[in-house]
Amino acid sequence: MSREIGEVILDLKNVSLAFGGVKALTDISFDVREHEIRAIIGPNGAGKSSMLNVINGVYRPQQGEIVLRGRRFARMNPYKAAQAGISRTFQNIALFKGMSVIDNIMTGRNLKIRTNLLLQALWWGPARREELAHRAKVEEVIDFLEIQHIRKTPVGRLPYGLQKRVDLGRALAMEPSILLLDEPMAGMNVEEKQDMCRFILDVNDQFGTTIVLIEHDMGVVMDISDRVVVLDYGKKIGDGDPDAVRSNPEVVSAYLGAGH
Amino acid sequence: MLYRENGQFKTSYADDQQIFPIAQDRWLIIGLLVFAFIGVPLLVDEYLFRAILIPFLILSLAALGVNILVGFCGQITLGAGAFMAVGAYAAYNFHIRVDGMPLLVSFLLGGLTSALVGIFFGIPSLRVRGLYLAVATLAAQFFTDWVFLRVPWFTDNASSGSVSVSNLHILSWEIASPLDKYLFCLALLTVFALAAKNMTRCAVGRQWMAIRDMDVAAEVIGIRPMFAKLSAFAVSSFYVGIAGALWGFIHLASWEPAAFSVDRSFQLLFMVIIGGLGSVMGSFFGAAFIVILPIALNQFLPALGGLFGMTISTAGISHAELIIFGALIIFFLIKEPHGIARLWSTGKEKLRLWPFPH
Ligand SMILES: Nc1ncnc2c1ncn2[C@@H]1O[C@H](COP(=O)(O)OP(=O)(O)O)[C@@H](O)[C@H]1O
Ligand SMILES: [Mg+2]
Repeated sequence: MSREIGEVILDLKNVSLAFGGVKALTDISFDVREHEIRAIIGPNGAGKSSMLNVINGVYRPQQGEIVLRGRRFARMNPYKAAQAGISRTFQNIALFKGMSVIDNIMTGRNLKIRTNLLLQALWWGPARREELAHRAKVEEVIDFLEIQHIRKTPVGRLPYGLQKRVDLGRALAMEPSILLLDEPMAGMNVEEKQDMCRFILDVNDQFGTTIVLIEHDMGVVMDISDRVVVLDYGKKIGDGDPDAVRSNPEVVSAYLGAGH
Repeated sequence: MLYRENGQFKTSYADDQQIFPIAQDRWLIIGLLVFAFIGVPLLVDEYLFRAILIPFLILSLAALGVNILVGFCGQITLGAGAFMAVGAYAAYNFHIRVDGMPLLVSFLLGGLTSALVGIFFGIPSLRVRGLYLAVATLAAQFFTDWVFLRVPWFTDNASSGSVSVSNLHILSWEIASPLDKYLFCLALLTVFALAAKNMTRCAVGRQWMAIRDMDVAAEVIGIRPMFAKLSAFAVSSFYVGIAGALWGFIHLASWEPAAFSVDRSFQLLFMVIIGGLGSVMGSFFGAAFIVILPIALNQFLPALGGLFGMTISTAGISHAELIIFGALIIFFLIKEPHGIARLWSTGKEKLRLWPFPH
């Protein structure tokens, strides 16, 4: 592999999150290194999605902090996270249903837009040039994900597997340095899974993007991730490279206990 | 020639990003504009201008404004009439209080004032949505009704808020005849419709639609809900405000606050629902429909009644109008939330495949 795993880029320290009486996360700490693929696994309801939501500021943890490239955030918010180069996909696809594939992916360029509303209303030189430049970038993403044939289709009409791909495309259009993927392969057939795996590896490899990945398919996780965090009932029960995690007795029993 | 996209290969993204990427659409629009500016004035009499075309143009502009907020940004408003009133009375005050103020500048300032008021009444949208937001915008309606009726300064001390304007001109063009008025409204509407089309295909339009479709995801990719929502309120109120100024100055020439009552707000909302939420074209369909329906019923219902030996009263006709509106709104909300515009584009899609539907 051409990529070199670097320093710690994202460090989570003693994060606890509760919804009323439900403890979603209890005192979780782990780190993510630059350029690595870091998986989070665990049974349903373990707190994996909540963890991603804490990282990009959708949820505010009651305790703990996030250190991103040496900067400490007691409270992250989604906008700040986006500015810091974090983008993500959603477990339950959260595309903009009324818009075409192109427009959905174009929204990923939003933070890079410089012209104001008036210039856009007039379709004036700079606004036009900017729009075309971003369109060219978005076409690169579309080529990369091999979805040229559906670029004008309203996303609501696409089958599930393609929607997941567009969701990834929107996140990639941000040119993120950290990409959070929440079960990108759930509900896919074998071929679609293979494609998705290839895209994830290519993103990581070609652009050096750091990836935090939630996935249920153990085969996939063990194949593509560098290190794995295991959550169960909101607690961390394992952390390390795939082989170490696989042979960790606590992990094995959590998975067997949960019927996996 | 058949209605086809085939053979029109786009060699650059610039071609593909054109305002109307399909050549036939482009020609249709150009043809319509030429007809509207040149053909209509040759064909139409004064009554049609005054009773149908001028109200249609102005209400189209207002509906476009409402559509930007409701259809594109997904925020509800029951206060459109209020923003028409603000636009009209603000333009009036600039017009009479500043000596030599050009008419167009009064209109723009009227629109900008309405935009500011719109931002103010849009602030609740950052916290609440749906029914609660509807109530907040309704407050704008009652507030402006009250202000223009009770605060004499805004209406130049006129009793019951009725004001009038005369001698309208732009440079040396005096806008007096129905034809002048029609052309003036048409020119403004053309400019603002193009601007709306541009906004909705650029970044700002995508921000509005993203907020409408999935606000959490929008925020996660770096769209600030506050900016997106308030800019939609501002642009929408600006459009509605300009329409209000046109309604007062050009269509009515003298008016009182009742011209912009809550009935107007509902009427504009119905237009965008029937015409098509989230479609620039739909705003025109909706306005045309609502302007023409009462007139058509007036002609058609008595004749229909005559066939069956009944006489239908004027009250009966206006009741029929309400019933038809009600039924249509329920139909569109349930069956086709994208309104006439969607029927139109489905039609075009079929046409694109015609005569080989597979
Ligand atoms: N927005 C929320 N409101 C209330 N409870 C929540 C919310 N999000 C997650 N939870 C709860 O937190 C726990 C962890 O959920 P989640 O992070 O979605 O798990 P996972 O992604 O591992 O399946 C669950 O008990 C869930 O019910
Ligand atoms: Mg989950």
